[in-house]
Amino acid sequence: MPDLLLELFSEEIPARMQAKAADDLRRMVTDKLVAEGLVYEGAKAFATPRRLALTVHGIPARQADLKEERKGPRVGGPEAAIAGFLKAAGLSSLDEAQIQRDPKKGDFYVALIEKPGRATLDVLAEILPVIIRTFPWPKSMRWGARSARPGALSWVRPLHAITATFGLETEEPDVVKFAIDGIETGQTTFGHRFMAPQAVAVRRFEDYEAKLLEAKVVLDPERRKDTILTDAKQLAFAQGFELVEDQVLLDEVAGLVEWPVVLMGSFDQEFLSIPGEVIRATIRNNQKCFVLRDPKTEKLANKFILTSNIEASDGGKAIVAGNERVIRARLSDAKFFYETDLKTKLEDRLPKFEQIVFHEKLGTQGERIKRIERLAAEIAPLVGADVEKTKRAAHLAKTDLLTDVVGEFPELQGLMGKYYALAQGEDASVAAASEEHYKPQGPNDRVPTDPVSVAVALADKIDTLVGFWAIDEKPTGSKDPYALRRAALGVIRLIVENKLRFPILKAAAAASVDRSTKVGLDQLASDLLSFFADRLKVQLREQGARHDLVDAVFALEGQDDLLMVVRRVEALGKFLDTDDGKNLLAGTKRASNILSIEEKKDKRKFDGAPEPSLYSLAEEKALADAIDLAKVGASVAVMNEDFESAMSAMAKLRPAVDAFFDKVKVNDDDPKVRENRLTLLNEIRVATRAVADFSKIQD
Amino acid sequence: MDALPAHMRPERSFQGLILTLQRYWADYGCVILQPYDMEVGAGTFHPATTLRALGPKPWNAAYVQPSRRPKDGRYGENPNRLQHYYQFQVILKPSPPDIQDLYLKSLAAIGVDSHLHDIRFVEDDWESPTLGAWGLGWECWCDGMEVSQFTYFQQVAGVECAPVAGELTYGLERLAMYVQGVDRVYDLNFNGRDGADKVTYGEVFLQAEQEYSRHNFEYSDVEMLFEQFKMAEAACRKYLAAGWKDAGNGKEHLMALPAYDQCIKASHAFNLLDARGVISVTERQSYILRVRELAKACGEAWVHTEAGRAS
Repeated sequence: MPDLLLELFSEEIPARMQAKAADDLRRMVTDKLVAEGLVYEGAKAFATPRRLALTVHGIPARQADLKEERKGPRVGGPEAAIAGFLKAAGLSSLDEAQIQRDPKKGDFYVALIEKPGRATLDVLAEILPVIIRTFPWPKSMRWGARSARPGALSWVRPLHAITATFGLETEEPDVVKFAIDGIETGQTTFGHRFMAPQAVAVRRFEDYEAKLLEAKVVLDPERRKDTILTDAKQLAFAQGFELVEDQVLLDEVAGLVEWPVVLMGSFDQEFLSIPGEVIRATIRNNQKCFVLRDPKTEKLANKFILTSNIEASDGGKAIVAGNERVIRARLSDAKFFYETDLKTKLEDRLPKFEQIVFHEKLGTQGERIKRIERLAAEIAPLVGADVEKTKRAAHLAKTDLLTDVVGEFPELQGLMGKYYALAQGEDASVAAASEEHYKPQGPNDRVPTDPVSVAVALADKIDTLVGFWAIDEKPTGSKDPYALRRAALGVIRLIVENKLRFPILKAAAAASVDRSTKVGLDQLASDLLSFFADRLKVQLREQGARHDLVDAVFALEGQDDLLMVVRRVEALGKFLDTDDGKNLLAGTKRASNILSIEEKKDKRKFDGAPEPSLYSLAEEKALADAIDLAKVGASVAVMNEDFESAMSAMAKLRPAVDAFFDKVKVNDDDPKVRENRLTLLNEIRVATRAVADFSKIQD
Repeated sequence: MDALPAHMRPERSFQGLILTLQRYWADYGCVILQPYDMEVGAGTFHPATTLRALGPKPWNAAYVQPSRRPKDGRYGENPNRLQHYYQFQVILKPSPPDIQDLYLKSLAAIGVDSHLHDIRFVEDDWESPTLGAWGLGWECWCDGMEVSQFTYFQQVAGVECAPVAGELTYGLERLAMYVQGVDRVYDLNFNGRDGADKVTYGEVFLQAEQEYSRHNFEYSDVEMLFEQFKMAEAACRKYLAAGWKDAGNGKEHLMALPAYDQCIKASHAFNLLDARGVISVTERQSYILRVRELAKACGEAWVHTEAGRAS
């Protein structure tokens, strides 16, 4: 079966857009083919800086013929109906229609429409221009004289040529003929911009890829990445260094070249006095080069790896020299920034924060820093941190935001604060908090353990959460512009992984002091707590725990101690895996179901203590005793925060519950006995609430 | 090239580089203009770009534009940051299909051999919030150094470009540093001569950088600048209002250029105030918006003038 080759040749496509564009092209073309009844065998798309290419192989040469029966009006039906039918079916008279017999409803007309399948070449000529015109580039543009006309083509950068061929391997393929904005399809592409700029005539994918390779274009981005990575590692190894691998940079660099040539350059040793992260950020972000490390010391080497797009006539000497000069200038800047930063004490930067708006409704950064400082001091004793150190840490933690290095490389925020704090002689914990208080940044980021960092991290995140809750800017659906979900998850992980007893509601209340809030403080606290509950659920679910158990625990009053919630959930999970647990759950649910029916019937609740004198059966008495025992046992265990024992106490309830349901008819004829038995059932529910709200647990 | 005397060669003379670019683009058919006689932040502000980019009439021009960025002053201490520097600006409307090749040939003309150097087009979306303008294009890299910006204007002064113009901006000092192999801008050979006859960039501009840095950061008259901003803004609106006239077939504008001058003035006053650090973050946004409103109104006026409209 024939194959399609499509190439869209343009000016340089931004590296970050190439992979998705190739994927979009493959998806759009193959989806359309399938929608046209053309099932293909395989498809693959590629991108280089100057082209998107697609090969689809094994497409039928024609669509299958379509036969359609169209039902018409009954014989002798109204004239208008018949005329409409003829028109819709494309018939010129009723002679062309057939009559279908139907003894029950009466005979009616049927039109047999035969739609012959079209040649795939024609189908492609119809669908490809539509795909090109509607291609989903993140940003596209107009260009040239035609851009003045309405409906001018929009593309990521000017589109110059379209190659589109369709045919069998053994034959000369056909050009899929169409034109867009004056660009006519053909079989001509172009090689490397500098090394082989001449036109290249192509027939089908196999010779296309091979001819491009001759013309110094490596079509497949994966192959370019392989080349860059392998060559870079080898070059590094040959000189006794190790490549600092960087997947994001590799993807980008592979999107900047059609013919990767890897070269090594070096910079002056003196720059190694700048922190390694600053060197790497400079070289990576500004120059798109890799850095190397010395495998023995793990420290950066004064070397870098660049990927050029040409095999230069001097073997790359001028290119290396040029890049070295730029990197030298960049590192001079970085060194200058770093040394200038060191001249100003971090605390002397604080006044400037008074002028920087954090959020329109939440005041300045200066106010925020003061709030965090105050909150961190309150949190410190709760997490075992030294109060003075914590205050100092919170005082300085954000100050590096106004340093030159962070202005240049925002991703180094916190880290630079640490370096500068150490340089001005701050305590190690205080310095560390600059970097650590931003953590954890996500589910896989490290959680700080130093109590000073923990206190500042909690204060920072809780201040953010309470602030945005107070102005009612909560995350909705996929929108979470202030990363509040991440902040809440951060709080949870800080507490749980450090095994902290941390009353969130109290901390939230402390963070609400002096704030005007849209909702009442109680409302704010309970909203925020349920947000934490949701985040915890997501977190536990991702770790494989049951989220309904989180609900069952949070349904109890006053659960703002996340560590205890997690412990309780763990114990509950284990308990429910046992037979005792399963049966007790079933029994409790049965009790709840009966109660809710009877409560509805009587329009009342059955609270209060049951009356012992009304017990007529041994099982009633036994259950009442077991409940008392379980209640006491469980609440003592809960008080001691021993949730396993609490669950064991609950487990003892199970035989009595089972026996009760076995032998006792709840809805006794004597209304008093019935009421008493219902009250007893309610007691089961009450007792189990010592550990969790069983009604929230799914079967 | 061989005909050029040594002191005129772009790889050893700053002015030689400028002259070579001018000659190259003159040869292509561009109108070679002189710098606009006002303080601007970039070559784009020259009415030959901002206003001429609008409307359907073809326009090819090239010129050097001294550009002032008060905030970038470093008292002459930084090897490559300046508060006053030169841009070489080329504007081609409509953008010709071979504009990338034209650009590469201009690099060749100043001695950048594309078989020896690694020239790259790296994504750079251009936006000027004060001009209400945006476009797509690249930074052009030569061996890792950004030497030019290349933009296809999509919108300028709030008006859709139809047709689209291509804009090339060469950072002349950087480019000269590259071809002369110099690491410090002040060491550039300005006139291409040797020995006692040699004049460096530092001799021409170092004192100015020191004086203007002092002025921009410490002494510029804030009250006067606030006043200038207001006056320029009011004058711009006044000239715009006075310039509208009913013509036979629709409206016509007779004073777009003088109005636009006032927009440029307001923009520069804002840049100076910004450098002095007297504009807060929130105010900053509103000043930018005010300049943009002026630019948009000027653009709207321009497309109703002789040079800006269809016929």
